[in-house]
Amino acid sequence: MKMTGAQIIVETLIEQGCDTVFGYPGGFVLNIYDELYKAQDRINHIIGAHEQGAAHAADGYARASGKVGVVIATSGPGATNLVTGIANAFLDSVPLVAITGNVPLNLLGRDSFQEVDIMGVTMPITKHNYIVRSVNELASILREAFYIAKSGRPGPVLVDIPKDIQLASAEYKKQTPAEKKSYSLPAESEIDEIASLISESKKPYIYSGGGIVISDASDEVKALAEKIDAPIGLSIMGLSALDGNHPNNLGMTGMHGHYASIKANYEADLIIALGVRFSDRATGNKSKYAPNAKIVHIDIDPAEFGKNIDVFKSVNGDVKAILRKLTEKIAKTKHPEWWDQINEFRAFENENAPKAEGMHPRNIIEKINAKADEKTIVATDVGQHQMWTAQFFKFKGRRTFLTSGGLGTMGYGMGAAIGGCIGSGGQRTILVTGDGSYGMNLHETVTAVSNGLPIIIVVMNNHTLGMVRQWQKLFFGERYSNTTLNRKTDFVALAKAFGADGARAETEAQFDAALEKALATNGPFLIDCVIDIDERVLPMIPAGSSIDSMIVN
Amino acid sequence: MNNATDNNDREQFILSVLVSNHFGVLTRISGLFSRRGYNIDSLNVGETENPALSRMTIIVTGDDYIKSQIVKQLAKLQEVKKVELLPKAETVLREHLLIKISVDRQTRSEITEAVNVFRGKIVDFNTESLTIEINGEPSKLNAFIEFTKNYGIIEICRSGALAMKRGAYSL
Repeated sequence: MKMTGAQIIVETLIEQGCDTVFGYPGGFVLNIYDELYKAQDRINHIIGAHEQGAAHAADGYARASGKVGVVIATSGPGATNLVTGIANAFLDSVPLVAITGNVPLNLLGRDSFQEVDIMGVTMPITKHNYIVRSVNELASILREAFYIAKSGRPGPVLVDIPKDIQLASAEYKKQTPAEKKSYSLPAESEIDEIASLISESKKPYIYSGGGIVISDASDEVKALAEKIDAPIGLSIMGLSALDGNHPNNLGMTGMHGHYASIKANYEADLIIALGVRFSDRATGNKSKYAPNAKIVHIDIDPAEFGKNIDVFKSVNGDVKAILRKLTEKIAKTKHPEWWDQINEFRAFENENAPKAEGMHPRNIIEKINAKADEKTIVATDVGQHQMWTAQFFKFKGRRTFLTSGGLGTMGYGMGAAIGGCIGSGGQRTILVTGDGSYGMNLHETVTAVSNGLPIIIVVMNNHTLGMVRQWQKLFFGERYSNTTLNRKTDFVALAKAFGADGARAETEAQFDAALEKALATNGPFLIDCVIDIDERVLPMIPAGSSIDSMIVN
Repeated sequence: MNNATDNNDREQFILSVLVSNHFGVLTRISGLFSRRGYNIDSLNVGETENPALSRMTIIVTGDDYIKSQIVKQLAKLQEVKKVELLPKAETVLREHLLIKISVDRQTRSEITEAVNVFRGKIVDFNTESLTIEINGEPSKLNAFIEFTKNYGIIEICRSGALAMKRGAYSL
């Protein structure tokens, strides 16, 4: 059937199983928006307050649903506003297709109005990107973009479509979306080798990350851990992969990890690393990382082997399939002495943990946790509140934690919460943010209001950029340069101005009441939680240091 | 030992890369090198027997860590169809040099003699200068350039190395 480029774009999105797109209209995507208007019974479009928020929403949608997120923006500033969102998705391996309009082909390269070489700009932060130069290749490029975004290690793909391509006509025929790339199991001998390393190990430690979420391998990790009696530590990206209450789960490792998880990671004689990339935030000083351990690394991206940490044995493939095979092959074992040691670490952790009382962030997170079920989506921004959430929230369901792990994007949370809420089919969503981070993209609250989304925005308001302040206190002689915000913003009034509801909580009782009210509200509700300016995130291993420099209290 | 953190000895190595003959592919590849902090000594790109593919020869200096990372990171790019490290001993390596040297009556004959020894060719000739082309291993070109430094080099243009593995093998 003959169609215009703009029609082909919308039809291909629908064909690829896309039910919701996020974006913001503008001059060079007008034709696409016209087709979206006509197809609104088949595909939903959510307009953000800003392209960055729309990009984060598409990212949150993808993380919560497991589908490819789609964001549309116009040329020039629309396209450049996507950049942080695309980079964020790239660092956290989130499948995203970003579609941008551009000036007509004959105006490209002439510094035309709203022209930016977005392909050049996004080359280092996309898995792949395109500029479409003929309407005849438009559908196939979009299909390829979806395939690349979701295959292997997922990531963002950008397709830049000049205006005249949207207007030109070509033949379009609906196709079934391609399955994502399949991976064959590694050779039997590879798996045998890991199995024998496991059987020799007395102190195994399973270190799992975002790859477990992507590969849907939570049950397989649990089965392995139970069979070989190993503790599990998680990277921040892996937190929602494993039930926070599972007895083998020691929680997050790394810079602000759980003491027991960090210690077990350090003392282990075998690290079984699953779908992780040994980020510097997780390893600290690499030369002192897990000094007594052989490291086995299973990942879908072979470029991660030996990139940050030398590994003893690496196996490339889909972690879920490999774990199934591996767990079948190994004998059930027990490591009571190892667990005695781990339980000592846990006891130390518990003794030194902050008390969950009053307006201490731990108390706030635990109260939220008590009201959450396995479907509740939790989003965060970046900073102290993010680490407190990672430390104290007990995740129950896969794909329920939306956080900027790799890029560390302040301002990610509001958009992500919107996308996550929609991607989860409208589940209760809780955004834990800070007064600094929320300030970066708070205008995106309007999108939550317009769509009546049940998002509770918990602002941990310490009137400072808390994480930076923490570093300034520890390493910069308490010179609090530009971090003490002390803004006069009334967040509750602001929420109301946006059309949401809200309440301020200065005491535990006020917080309890606010949370009850928020849970009874169907739309967005903001709780302005006043917390202490000097509250710190502990433990902390300073950047580039090792466990010997851990600050516990 | 940790390659991911230690600095090992640096050496020069030869990469042969088959890439899609697409718009922007050169930027994508050179961008990868600069983004990850790898230095390119030379890069050459040209068409192949298959019009859909171009072949690049990239000479890089780095340690073992950089060597393995470059191959893996290149292989991740959608437009890279094949990437291979060519072993020096089994590889034909050739580069083309154009060099313009200022001459006078006396030095002209000395240089002409050297051109013959190096099996080069004089391709342009006037009273003030000679333009010479030479091909061969980069080390041979270096040796010739070194020699001509005594005479006054006006300008140099090098193609970057081309490389192909010996025998019936193809990339």
